[in-house]
Amino acid sequence: MERIPILKMGPFLLVTIQVDLYDRLALTLENDLINMVSKTEAKGVLIDISAVSIVDSFMGRILGNIASMSKIMDATTVVVGMQPAVAITLVELGLTLSGVHTALDVEQGMELLRDKIGQLDKDEEGLYDSFI
Amino acid sequence: MIVLSKEKLPIQREQDVVLFRNRIKELATKIGMSLVNQTKLITAASELVRNMLRYGGGGITHLEIVSRNSIPGVRLIFVDEGPGIKDVTLAMKDGYSTGKSLGLGLPGAKRLVNEFDIKSESGKGTTVTIIRWKNGL
Amino acid sequence: MNKESAAALKSKKKQILENWLSNQLQDAALRDDLMSVAELQQQSEEFLTALIKAFGTSSAEDTDSEGYEPIRDILNEISISRARQGFSPRETSSYILSLKEVLSNVLEDRFKEDPATLYREIISMNKIMDSLSMVTMETYIKGREEVILRQTNEMSEISTPVIRVWEGILALPIIGTLDSARTQVVMEALLEEIVATGSRIAILDISGVPTVDSLVAQHLIKTVSAARLMGAECIISGIRAEIAQTIVHLGIDLTNIYTKATLASALKMSFSMLNIQVTRATGTSQNNKQNFGF
Repeated sequence: MERIPILKMGPFLLVTIQVDLYDRLALTLENDLINMVSKTEAKGVLIDISAVSIVDSFMGRILGNIASMSKIMDATTVVVGMQPAVAITLVELGLTLSGVHTALDVEQGMELLRDKIGQLDKDEEGLYDSFI
Repeated sequence: MIVLSKEKLPIQREQDVVLFRNRIKELATKIGMSLVNQTKLITAASELVRNMLRYGGGGITHLEIVSRNSIPGVRLIFVDEGPGIKDVTLAMKDGYSTGKSLGLGLPGAKRLVNEFDIKSESGKGTTVTIIRWKNGL
Repeated sequence: MNKESAAALKSKKKQILENWLSNQLQDAALRDDLMSVAELQQQSEEFLTALIKAFGTSSAEDTDSEGYEPIRDILNEISISRARQGFSPRETSSYILSLKEVLSNVLEDRFKEDPATLYREIISMNKIMDSLSMVTMETYIKGREEVILRQTNEMSEISTPVIRVWEGILALPIIGTLDSARTQVVMEALLEEIVATGSRIAILDISGVPTVDSLVAQHLIKTVSAARLMGAECIISGIRAEIAQTIVHLGIDLTNIYTKATLASALKMSFSMLNIQVTRATGTSQNNKQNFGF
């Protein structure tokens, strides 16, 4: 069965979607990705959709699900490279993906993830400090 | 309105959807539709074809190039013989779903096209017709 | 129109053309700056030939009939081209009206001895020419409308320049009313530019937007949402006091959107979002002047 590869880069997981998704493929990706987060204890998930020409409500929901599920497992999700036409269509459709972080490209997405993780570390330190 | 070309595509499995989307893209490109309008049309079609597979058990799609006042457009008709929709007005509301989806499918698809028509009869099936004009907003 | 008058007009064609042309040339309204005499002559001759032919047909008084098709074509062409060239309505209609006078003279000569026929024929000819002048005016207006439409399209394209104000910061000054069509153009241009330049912040300046109603606000919110989906943040600037008032009175929720009163403060905000610090260079103003090459 067709599968979308997931790459591990340090504390991050990287997914580049190169094909147009159909529902089952998207569901498989959701499944694989969440299992990977759990297995590798990844701190961040980066999904590159710059090659995707269609995102409908189902695919939008999958992206939102991945973000929410990762968040429960303490990982930040960032979706990068959404095409202008896709963004305009999603807004018209009524989907704003409010729980999902976005960035223009992989580079900026990585930067965002690093920022978020740095912040987390600091927050935890602060928590520790106030503890003692 | 004149129909310039027409073809039929049966949709029985999920994989048929990819072929269906590609065919719409070809038609839209042929009449010179802009990328944003193409994306809106294909996304709307994607929503409708999913409904057809999920609730109607598959069906037939008609893909046509039409022309009105010498402005070309793409018309898509989705015909299934499923259980039909009990309350069409309710189904057209944002956030309403009998399944576990977001309930954006039908109302969202309507917002993405220029013309939208739905006819459904309980027990007999559903027919949805959409048109997106070349430069329609 | 009877056969005799048609024949009379046909036989006097050369004379009619001459008189008509001299009428047109005499007319103070003729714009020799817009059209050469040779051009006018050729156009008029073509028209007269077609008209006289149509007079000879049985349905001469019905200008919608098939016989008048070439005539209507020529008139359409003349009116449209005159509308585009900037002729006034008077100048455009004088083309057909000056012919009426010449035709009347010819008919008067022919039926000098028979006032009853002359009267009937003049009425008939008048009817045809009036109806043709209506065609001229209709087409003229259509031509002007085309010009207006083209200008509107051009304007909506020109009036939405996306400016790169800093590395990673775009500005889009919106001038004029935002309707759905315009928003789509603006939105697309902005989003394309965001991708092309990799800019993380876009400032939408609405100081040039006369009024903001709920529809305009909705369009702005859509643009901001689309930019966010792509990973860019938008700041709306140039919000005047009266616009702030309308927004609140209409109950439009802009709480999720960054807003600033001026473009300058929006730029300042973008700097802090991107961790950019702009400081005044130390040193005398003399030095600075030298730096600018004064």
